[in-house]
Parts: sequence; C-alpha cells; structure tokens
Amino acid sequence: MRVSLTRRYKFAASHRLHAASLSEEENRRVYGKCNNPYGHGHNYEVLVTLTGPVDPATGMIANLGELDPFVEKQVVEVFDHKNLNEEIPEFRDKVPTTENLCAEVFRRLKNFESATLERVRIEETSKNSFEMTMEPSAKAWA
Amino acid sequence: MIRITRKVEFSASHIYHNPAFSAEENRRIFGKCNNPHGHGHNYTLEVTIAGEPDPNTGMVLDLKELKEILQKEIVDRMDHRHLNYEVPELAGKIPTCENVALVIWNLLKPHITTGKLDRVRLYESADLYADVTGGGQA
Repeated sequence: MRVSLTRRYKFAASHRLHAASLSEEENRRVYGKCNNPYGHGHNYEVLVTLTGPVDPATGMIANLGELDPFVEKQVVEVFDHKNLNEEIPEFRDKVPTTENLCAEVFRRLKNFESATLERVRIEETSKNSFEMTMEPSAKAWA
Repeated sequence: MIRITRKVEFSASHIYHNPAFSAEENRRIFGKCNNPHGHGHNYTLEVTIAGEPDPNTGMVLDLKELKEILQKEIVDRMDHRHLNYEVPELAGKIPTCENVALVIWNLLKPHITTGKLDRVRLYESADLYADVTGGGQA
C-alpha cells in the first residue's frame, strides 16, 4: 500500500507565448492567440502531491502547517498577480508555457524537507492540465 | 485493463489530538484541528476498481454492487459520525485524511472480489485529498 497527499493552491498570472528564435509569422502560427503582443492571463491551480511514510504520532505524511507556508513562499507569492515573462527571471529567455511553468514549480518545491515531492499538476484552465512527476528521466533536469 | 470509479459522500467530525503530546505540542503540531470540541468536513470518496470487462456483461464490476459495498462499509459506518469516537477502526489513530483513507482501503479490500481495488481517493475538502494505491505508481 502506498499513500500520497495532494493539496491545491491557486494563483493568477499573465503571460505571452513568444519564442525569440521564431519569426513573427511563425510565432503567430505556432502560438495563435497566445502570441497576442499584450499577453493574457489565467487562474492557475497547482496540485502538489507528496508521498512518504505516515507518521504514527501525527497521522500525517506532511503537516499542512509546514507545507502551506512553504508553497506560499516558493510559488504563490512568487507568481501570483505577476507577468510571467517580465517578472520571473526563469522566463526571461524561456517561453512560459504551462509545461515550462510546471517544471519551474516542480524545481521550486522539490526540496521540501518533510516528504517527497511526487507530482506537480497545473490546471491552466478547467480544460488544460499539465503534470510533472518525479521519475528517473525527470530527475536530470528538474 | 479498465478502471472504473464510483463516488460517494459523507459528512463527519473529528479532532486531531495525540495524548502522548502535551497540550501545547498538540496545539503547535495540529493547529486549529486540535480545537477540543472538534470540527467536521464533507468528505468525498472516489473508489477505483481495475480489471477486464466480463465478456457477457461488459462490466468490470457491477457499479450497483460497488455502490452497495460503499454504502454498507463506509457511509453507514462514517456518515454523520465522530471519527475519533464512533469508528472503532480509527480508535487510537489521528483521523487525518491519510489515516481515514487507509482505513477505508482496509475496510473495502476484502469486499472487492471482482476486479481489483486500485485506488481510494478521499477528499477532505476541494483543496485536499489523500490517495491510497496498491503499490507501484500512484
């Protein structure tokens, strides 16, 4: 048997999908309306999944009293009500697709001390979701 | 392999308190979940069964049968109950989402004789859930 705990967090941010290596026309073709020069925004929902032994003294994989402030500081405060392209250094030269955002959120959370980060799922809208899991192939670049 | 999932809801109260800790430690570790009078949640339980559809019925497991198991084993036992005091399987345990999901897994496991119990997902709220799986990848 294996137990995991998943907690949902939310932030709102804007972005523009535009690759410097592509021409204006190629950008419009590849990214469609996401390439609109003034950008646009989403209410992002981040589901953070942790695994590990359930501590018999507390009944917990991780204490939400520790996890919530950690995620607030590492992710919510960093991204909430920001322009991802302009205000997040990691996206200065990287397209802030939600795939890339997922990897960045994973990188920011993977050092949580009390349990193992297993998965980060980001719902960009109720129709689009992206997941990154800790697998051997992912470890190399997380 | 096909996975089928059935959802049920129940409401229950609980308190997080470990008698091995001092009153102060209990407050520090469990925060408002240590409020002595307890508090409650609307739980949502999703139970997933994995298996091959029976060629005669097209079903992994008759969902009506699963519904009856969930009603008898979980809802009748936990709905509108205090998890600490009225559910013997949780006696002496802190009724966290993790522990309640584990107890639910153990209660259901012997009753799933067609297909295989694949996952128990217990939502304590829309923003928090625990998964119990049979092992391997969650």
